[in-house]
Amino acid sequence: MVNQATKAPLLAVNNLNIRFPSVHGAVHAVRDVSFTMGREKVAIVGESGSGKSQTGRAILGLSPGQVSADSLIFDGIDLQRLSSKAYREIRGKRISMVMQDPKYSLNPVMSIGKQMIEACQIQMKVSKKQALARCMQMLEAVRIRQPQRVFKAYPHEVSGGMGQRIMIAMMLLSSPDLLIADEPTSALDVTVQLQILAIMDDLVQDTGMGLILISHDLPLVASFCDRILVMYAGRIVEELDASKLDQAQHPYTRGLLSCLPSHATKGQPLATLERQDSWLDEALENRGLRV
Amino acid sequence: MTDHQEQAVIAVKDLAIYFGRGEHQVKAVDQVSFAIPPRQSFGLVGESGSGKSTILRALAGLDHVDQGQLLLDGEPLQIKRTKAFYKKVQMVFQDPYASLHPRHTVDKILAEPLAIHGFKDIEQRIIKVMDQVALPHKFRFRYPHQLSGGQRQRVAIARALILEPEILLLDEPTSALDVSIQAEVLNLLNRLRAELSLTYVLVSHDLAVVSYMCERVAVMQQGKLVELLQVDQDGKTYPKQAYTKQLNLASQGYDRARIEQFIDHD
Repeated sequence: MVNQATKAPLLAVNNLNIRFPSVHGAVHAVRDVSFTMGREKVAIVGESGSGKSQTGRAILGLSPGQVSADSLIFDGIDLQRLSSKAYREIRGKRISMVMQDPKYSLNPVMSIGKQMIEACQIQMKVSKKQALARCMQMLEAVRIRQPQRVFKAYPHEVSGGMGQRIMIAMMLLSSPDLLIADEPTSALDVTVQLQILAIMDDLVQDTGMGLILISHDLPLVASFCDRILVMYAGRIVEELDASKLDQAQHPYTRGLLSCLPSHATKGQPLATLERQDSWLDEALENRGLRV
Repeated sequence: MTDHQEQAVIAVKDLAIYFGRGEHQVKAVDQVSFAIPPRQSFGLVGESGSGKSTILRALAGLDHVDQGQLLLDGEPLQIKRTKAFYKKVQMVFQDPYASLHPRHTVDKILAEPLAIHGFKDIEQRIIKVMDQVALPHKFRFRYPHQLSGGQRQRVAIARALILEPEILLLDEPTSALDVSIQAEVLNLLNRLRAELSLTYVLVSHDLAVVSYMCERVAVMQQGKLVELLQVDQDGKTYPKQAYTKQLNLASQGYDRARIEQFIDHD
C-alpha cells in the first residue's frame, strides 16, 4: 500500500472542464486543466475568477457547475464513478478542504468543541471519549495554547487567526491524505499567516499529506510550496518549480510579479498587466512550459 | 516636531478612543499623536485590531473621541462636522463592493455629493472627474454590479474627488482587489496626488504598499503608536522596534527558521 502510494500519483486530473450555464450562454470557468501531484505542496495561483477555487471544489465533488473530465483519479480511485455515498466516505476523511473565511465556515450557534466532536464521530465512528481526546490532540497540533478554553468557546469569541487554526484542526481530525486549502490565510495578518503555513508545512513533512494551496499571492506561495500552477481565465498557463519563479516565461506570470509594489522603485509607476486574448487559446504543451 | 505641528494640515494630539465599559473596555486607540504636513502621504500600518482604521474613522467624524484632540489646519474639530469639513476632507473605503449604493448608477453616485454641497455645474464636474480617474464615459449610466472591482474603486475615488477636496482618507483602498488591479489603483492615486496636490492618509496592513506610497509611516500595535518611520527614496524603512522589525520580516515571505523566532505580541 505504502509502496503503491509513493509510485502512483496521489491525484491525477486530466482535462477538467467546468461550465456554468446561463441565459447568455455557458461560462467556461475551468478549461482543460490537467495536473498530477504526489505527496507534496502544490500551489494554484491566479486572480479572482481564474477558476482556481472551482478546480479545488471539483476534486471534492462540490462544484455546482457542469463538471466533466477525462479522468479524475485520487489514489487509484476514479472520483467520477463514485456514488454520492461512496464520495462521502472520501470527502472529509481522505480529502479535506479548508475554506477561506472561518467566520462563514464554522457554525455560529454551536460551541467549537461540539462541532469538532460531531465531525470526529461522523468521520471516524469512535466513542465520544475517543473523539474528545482526538480533538484536543489536534487543537494542540495547530498550537492552540489553551485547548480547553477554546473547546468551550463559540466561533465569535475567537480571533480570525484562531478560527482558521480551529478550521485546520477540524479538517485534520481524520488525518486526510490530501488537504485542499482555499486561501486559508488571506484574511489573516502577515505574521499569523506565516505561522499557519508553518503548521501545514509540518503536517506535510510528518504525515506525508498532499497539500493543494489555492492563493492569489504568488511570492508567498513561491517561498512555501514545491510547485506552482498559474491559472488565467480557467486555464493553466504555466507550471513551474517554486524555486524557479524568477525564471517564469509566461507574460501573465511575469506581469503578476512585476505589478507588486515591492518590485517598483519609489516614485516610478507600477507596471500594469496587459492582458492578451491569445492567452486564452494557447495550450500549455505548445508553449513548452510544462515542467 | 513643533515646526511640523504649526504648519500641519492634520494633527492628532494624545488621541484615545475606547469601546465598551468596565472590565471589557478595549483601548482601541491609546494616546496617539502625530502631525501631517500639507501634500504629504502619511501611512498607518498595523495588524487587525491595532486601531489604524479607528483613527481614520475618528478623523472622518465616524467614530467618537474619548480623549485628546483632532486638529485640521490648527483648528480643533467639533464633534458635529460641518459641510465645509467634508468639502475639504473625503474618505475612500476598503470594499468597493460594499461602499457604492447598489441601486444607484455611477451618474447618480457622483451627482449626490454635488447636490448636497449645492454645486451648479454638475454635468461638467462628472465628466471631468471621470476623466481624472480614467473611467470611460460609457460607464456613466451603469450600476455598480456591472463594473469590475477596479472600476468600482475608481468610482469610489471619483466620488471622493468630485468635491475637489484637499485631503483624502484612504482606508485600505486596494486590499479587496487583485494585485494587477491594485497596481492600477495605486498608480492612479499617485498620479492624482501629483496633479491635484492632495494630502493622503493611507491605512493598510501591507507594508509594501505603504512604503511604496508614503513618505512617513506610523506603525500601530494594539492601539499604541509603536514607531514613526521615515521612508527613504528607495522605499526602504529602518525600523528600530522589535515589533516593526518582525512585521518587516513577515512581509518578506515564508522562511521556516525565521517563523520559529516570531514572538506573539498579544
